[in-house]
Amino acid sequence: MGYPHPSHPKETVVLSKYFGDAGARSFDGWVQRGGYEGLRKALGMSREAIVEEVKASGLRGRGGAGFPTGLKWSFMPKDVAKPHYLVCNADESEPGTFKDREIMRWTPHALIEGCAIAAYAIGSERCYIYIRGEFTEPWRVMSAAVGEAYAAGALGESAFGSGRRIDVVLHRGAGAYICGEETGMMNSLEGKRGNPRIKPPFPAVSGVFGMPTTVNNVETLAAVPHILVRGAEWYKGLCLGNPKSTGTKLISVCGHIQRPGNYEVTMGTPVKDILYEMAGGPRPGRTFKAVIPGGSSVPIMTREEAEEALFDYEGIVAKGSMLGSAGMIVMDDTTDMVYQIWRLARFYAHESCAQCTQCREGTAWTTKVLERILSGKGKQEDFQLLLDLSEQMTGKTICVLSDSCAAPVVSGIQKFRSEFEAYMTGSRQPSMAAV
Amino acid sequence: MTPRSAHGGHGTETVPHAPVFVGETRARLEGLFGKYPTRQACLLPALWMVQEERGWISEPAIEEVAGVLDLTPAYVKGVVTFYTMYHTHPVGRHFIQVCTTSPCNICGAEDVARALVEKTGCRELGATSPDGRFTVVEVECLGACGFPTPILVDDDFVEDVTPDKVAAILERYT
Repeated sequence: MGYPHPSHPKETVVLSKYFGDAGARSFDGWVQRGGYEGLRKALGMSREAIVEEVKASGLRGRGGAGFPTGLKWSFMPKDVAKPHYLVCNADESEPGTFKDREIMRWTPHALIEGCAIAAYAIGSERCYIYIRGEFTEPWRVMSAAVGEAYAAGALGESAFGSGRRIDVVLHRGAGAYICGEETGMMNSLEGKRGNPRIKPPFPAVSGVFGMPTTVNNVETLAAVPHILVRGAEWYKGLCLGNPKSTGTKLISVCGHIQRPGNYEVTMGTPVKDILYEMAGGPRPGRTFKAVIPGGSSVPIMTREEAEEALFDYEGIVAKGSMLGSAGMIVMDDTTDMVYQIWRLARFYAHESCAQCTQCREGTAWTTKVLERILSGKGKQEDFQLLLDLSEQMTGKTICVLSDSCAAPVVSGIQKFRSEFEAYMTGSRQPSMAAV
Repeated sequence: MTPRSAHGGHGTETVPHAPVFVGETRARLEGLFGKYPTRQACLLPALWMVQEERGWISEPAIEEVAGVLDLTPAYVKGVVTFYTMYHTHPVGRHFIQVCTTSPCNICGAEDVARALVEKTGCRELGATSPDGRFTVVEVECLGACGFPTPILVDDDFVEDVTPDKVAAILERYT
């Protein structure tokens, strides 16, 4: 269901079925809706069998990278002589993305159940859910739900009497986009600055507190109970032709669109259906100009590219961008693309942790060059300058923050060059005072 | 829109620092120790407790936190300054964060930010109103892009804010 809107017939409602239903928030309410069946079933299975089931489902990480979840779990050492940790990434901060927020606000027990199953599957007794500091309402809802889950015996020293200890600890962030990067998050959880770490070692070898760790996104974990209850075959069957992308995906649609909100679709759904049918199309008298399909860190698509694309991992790549977090930012013909690309660059410059030179300097200089163009002082050479900067910012740093800044800049220059030139030639009035 | 400026003015505690981690607050912090394998991991939660009680995190408070968690003040300060939500100086009674990142930006977020500055009497973004009632800061993505423009007033998340709604929202905070 596309909260805050009624469900659209073209949606496939699994995770979002109870969005907007306040009765689903309580433990009892969740159990009445079929909740915790997945955890009860999991506790009767072997760890290996759970990992195999999730592998077979084809579930891929919903945080942005799309890595196969079961495979990630299988990297955890089988030997549990030292503590293993599960970290749930609830630091949703990618511009354009607001799906994990709704999962936590409306169905907190879906996430707790998914965390408990995953913790058991990877041999962990403790899961930390790292919630961004700004999510005050999801924090309150999750806190109440964790308390209820302990009181009902779903969590604690013997989850549902299984003899297996599963603890869930909520941890509040304090305002830093980079803590959504898994190694930055682990440092933050340890009480450090949220600087990302060099990989390897990968988290499964040495993660939070130096112990084997798996980091999964909220939406990924919320899907796990459904897979256990209904089976991998069912989940795999939720697919419109491309067997590499299975299941349902929550899409956050925002920007210049009639009905912004979350929509849940089967992988492979045409983007055109999402934009025009579910989300209601452009505002009256307007046409779409651009779509950023996967949160702000992916290349910008033109309207034509977006309208031809199928919404799954490979379908978006085929049209020159990436699925990312599935936060779809829609821009219509009123949008000043140069100004918005500058605004995104400024976001990355603000959020850079400043460890790597290419990122610290690159994001700041990209922002300044774009400011020069917006102030009417840009030169033709600035195109090459921006592209050179972007090249230096791609694939050369500890994490992908600087790559994420380069993506909209490079694609923006390729696809909307005339808008930059309009500022350079003076045919468009400066939108910023000279710096 | 004016460029981002430092949040608020610069202040120092004028009275001797009264410890935060005594009584119930101390017990709350110690209740967390068993949930993490290190004391250091309790740093972010401890800093939140200081801010909840005092409104901001002063130098003496940093020293106190360092002492309680067996860290050095310089280390704690390094962590405090990494995160944007910790205040290193006093702020207004009500702290307002307005998102102006692209998805909200194209839906008029800068107009909302301007209205907030104007109606609160803060002279610019990052400043505190002369009556000490409000501080307004511009922040990056609040993660509610489908409800432009979201603002966070203290711990209250307010969605779908437009300039014409600003005055009525502010009336709720005295």
